[in-house]
Amino acid sequence: MPQNYVPIFIFVALIGVLIPVTLLAAKLVRPDNPNKTKLMPYECGIDPVDHARGRYTVRFYIVAILFVVFDVETIFLFPWAVKFKALGVFGLIEILIFLVILIVGYIWIWKKGALEWV
Amino acid sequence: MLSIETYIIVSVIKTVIALFVLLTAVAYCVWLERKVVGHIQNRWGPTRVGPFGLLQPLADGMKFLFKEDLTPPHVYKPLYIAAPMLAVVFALTSIAVIPIGNWVTIGGVHTPLQITDVNIGLLVILGVTSLGVYGVALAGWSSNSKYSLLGGLRASAQMVSYEVSLGLSLIGVLIMAGSFSLREIVDAQGGTFWGFIPRWNLFHGQIVAFFIYLMAAYAETNRVPFDLPEAETELVAGYHTEYSAMKFAMFFMAEYANMITVACLASVLFLGGWKGLPFGPAWLQDLPVFWFVLKVFVFLFIYIWVRGTLPRFRYDQLMAFGWKFLLPLAIANLVITALIVAVRA
Repeated sequence: MPQNYVPIFIFVALIGVLIPVTLLAAKLVRPDNPNKTKLMPYECGIDPVDHARGRYTVRFYIVAILFVVFDVETIFLFPWAVKFKALGVFGLIEILIFLVILIVGYIWIWKKGALEWV
Repeated sequence: MLSIETYIIVSVIKTVIALFVLLTAVAYCVWLERKVVGHIQNRWGPTRVGPFGLLQPLADGMKFLFKEDLTPPHVYKPLYIAAPMLAVVFALTSIAVIPIGNWVTIGGVHTPLQITDVNIGLLVILGVTSLGVYGVALAGWSSNSKYSLLGGLRASAQMVSYEVSLGLSLIGVLIMAGSFSLREIVDAQGGTFWGFIPRWNLFHGQIVAFFIYLMAAYAETNRVPFDLPEAETELVAGYHTEYSAMKFAMFFMAEYANMITVACLASVLFLGGWKGLPFGPAWLQDLPVFWFVLKVFVFLFIYIWVRGTLPRFRYDQLMAFGWKFLLPLAIANLVITALIVAVRA
């Protein structure tokens, strides 16, 4: 029933009020005397060299792509799992074929070394 | 059927109570952790503020409020301020669909013991908790500090990697229950085997799924032994290195709120939710909220116990564990569950 979703939004609205109020209350009572040293990026006392928006390893992108592939797979499996009894053997065989295709892909990415973190 | 006004009022009352209980639980979860880890390491933990240090969370809260909140000039300000709010909003919201008991009638109003009973409760929780990764990723990027960036990247990569195994481990439970509604999943776990083993999913063929869920959940909440995003020895504090005072407290609250959500979900999906043990005195069987809280508490205690016991993984081990061990295991578990259920049907 759609009205069952209303309390979730009430909940979010309540938190959405509570958190800015807390932040503003903190702003009223806390001290505020920054200086140059306090405002430096924290690097354990050493003066920072260069800015932080540099290059980082491409591995993180590969993980993100793999995540999209497998998460979409999970989303395909969810409705099947819920209607498991209604779909019966036909649904089971179909899902097994789907999984076999996916596992072939999984073995391929493993062999390609996409799962290694060098 | 309630009228619209009553429905809204009841929802608001339940929301306020739930939020109050949740925030208190978060605060005392921190106290419990410090106390238990203290005793594991042969220390006392907090003892100074109140009896047994019980007022320590309050003192911590006051301190967060009165500390100087620095916004360094090198950050990207809109996202820097939004990130902790996003993290805490998503962490708290996911509790809205958790059922803690059956329907009750109070003052002529018939209502379930949960904020709202949606028929896709599990999907709502999965969706909202996955949004939590935005808080972490944006905090890491917008801080414009090397430790923050590395912590944020590690956290995002780790959370998305383990989310796949987490999702797959739930499919066995869905096959057993045939519903996304958390209430119906709990109802499907009623009854016993031979009169004394409760028919919870943990004892009903889903024990492997439970352990996959357990490990993936530890990684999702960035806890030991998967706490690489905050590995103090290498990254200072990870994605919240540049945060202070109330903004830091929000990340802190988000982390513990996520722990509580994960514990609630574990007890709903695998431990029979509010259903009690099938033996013992009858009045004890009749306390749904007691059983639910007990299960959540046990789960949280194991969380803390693990933290006090295990060392940290290395990053390549973490990724290999998630992708090369948990993922195939979760797929195997789901195929075997499906085959067994199909053969028995």
